[in-house]
Amino acid sequence: MTDWLGPAEWTALWLSLKVAFWATLFSLPFGFAAAYALARGSFFGRQALNVLVHLPLVMPPVVTGYLLLLGFGRTGPLGEVFEQLFGIIFAFRWTGAALAAAVMGFPLMVRAIRLSLEAIDQGLEEAAGTLGASRLRVLRTVTLPLAWPGILAGTVLGFAKGMGEFGATVTFVSNIPGQTQTLALSIDTLLEVPGGEPLALRLAIVSIAIAAVALIVSELLAQRVTRRRAV
Amino acid sequence: MLRVSIAKEFAGFALDVTLDAPAGVTAIFGPSGSGKTSVIRAIAGLLACDRAEVTLDGRDLSKLSPHKRGVGYVFQDARLFPHMSVQKNLRYGGIHDEDAVVAVLGLGALLDRYPAALSGGEKQRVALGRALMSAPKVLLLDEPLSALDAPRKAEVLPYLEALRDQTAIPILYVSHDMGEVARLASRIVVLNEGRVVLEGTVEDVLADPAAVPFLGVRDAGAVLTGRVVGHATDGLTKIETGAGALWVPGAVGRAGSTVRVRVPVQDVILSRSAPTDISALNVLPVTITALERGAGPGVAVALNAGNARLLARVTKRSCDVMGLAAGDQIFAILKATAIAPADVG
Repeated sequence: MTDWLGPAEWTALWLSLKVAFWATLFSLPFGFAAAYALARGSFFGRQALNVLVHLPLVMPPVVTGYLLLLGFGRTGPLGEVFEQLFGIIFAFRWTGAALAAAVMGFPLMVRAIRLSLEAIDQGLEEAAGTLGASRLRVLRTVTLPLAWPGILAGTVLGFAKGMGEFGATVTFVSNIPGQTQTLALSIDTLLEVPGGEPLALRLAIVSIAIAAVALIVSELLAQRVTRRRAV
Repeated sequence: MLRVSIAKEFAGFALDVTLDAPAGVTAIFGPSGSGKTSVIRAIAGLLACDRAEVTLDGRDLSKLSPHKRGVGYVFQDARLFPHMSVQKNLRYGGIHDEDAVVAVLGLGALLDRYPAALSGGEKQRVALGRALMSAPKVLLLDEPLSALDAPRKAEVLPYLEALRDQTAIPILYVSHDMGEVARLASRIVVLNEGRVVLEGTVEDVLADPAAVPFLGVRDAGAVLTGRVVGHATDGLTKIETGAGALWVPGAVGRAGSTVRVRVPVQDVILSRSAPTDISALNVLPVTITALERGAGPGVAVALNAGNARLLARVTKRSCDVMGLAAGDQIFAILKATAIAPADVG
């Protein structure tokens, strides 16, 4: 089993999982906040936020990667802030790949969560308020549980996007084996080497399997939620 | 005592309402669009107003956010949390008087169910219980029965009556169904186009001839309180009221119990002489106290019957032909079938 993939491919697989995991974990709270603001907020700049969130979806990934390089590179203004405050360096590290994955997955995540928030009957939140629940308690006990299928869907979409991100990643942190060479980058590399095609195909199968499993698991979880409500 | 004074400008509509609600049920009655729901939403803090003074027993609620007002609210559409069992829904706002609430509202068998598996009537009972268990100091009911069909209404009404008899807090009951109002409320506030046009006890307001245009010909009519004397074998019930003994259809109440009888204006016929050989069972000697000529073809006639008041509506033509005037002693004929059992409570 272990020699079905070479050591370099195993490394790429684990790296991809790591990158997608951290990207999803860190973008989820921001994703929920952005979705909540877009679904419920009526504030100045709401449309600007909407455009900003969705830009990575429609811009060429290379442009996103280039902007990340400008902003979060070692000499970029945000890159310096992160290095000094948190000791986190993004340039040509796996952390940079995770940042690129997070940014690219963000619109998908926000969209799914926003749709589920908009589908919630706000009358329920109002009712919870009249029963003495503070805003925070309403969020915790009514809004979040009811938005849960959408949050789940957004998480899976964000994770899947993170697993497969290519353009922004390769532009921002390049293609360094063991550091930034994720699954997608690895497949691309293999396709350019003579005789690398069988391995590339195996990696493709692996990525398809991971995506399928993620979708099925999220579907099952969402079904459990809705089935309980219907009884 | 709940004191409310609110004002708000809507597009093409101005709401300006001041009202007092003591302990007991105060009905807020009016056509749709008259601002009934806006009033109680403002009391609950759910509607931002230009002026919103809400005090409860001298305590100012106006500045508090909704969750700190201690106001129970039952919405027209129940608004149960779909992801919680009935029991969790009930306990969401607190567990005040849990056993009593569950017993009074008959919720024992529903506790483990989810809202999706409840009928409309059951949902409203749970919503009512949920509001009660949060130990509210004011209860706001926004047409809690309007989404229900007649059998479900009949199922929930007795619970509302039990609630009225067992709580000592102000209850505001928004409704456009005069049958419900006559059955449940002791006071009534009539709204029209965002303003209070009538306010007082149900007996006073519904016997006021000036109320007819605001209540509508179909809903206007006096409410009498009476005691059930007994039930006849032919299916009628005899009720002793301040206006005299009345026969109403159906077996209503237990002998000796107190009930309300509604006498819609349209179901009262006036006669100069004591009628004989007619099918109506209820003929009462009455004295005209006032006449109120409306804008249309009708005249509202206020009547004294014994120590109670009745209201009739006749056409201007009949009024003129009969030469009706205040002080005249005449007879009122109420068709026994005209007093629907659902309106007797």
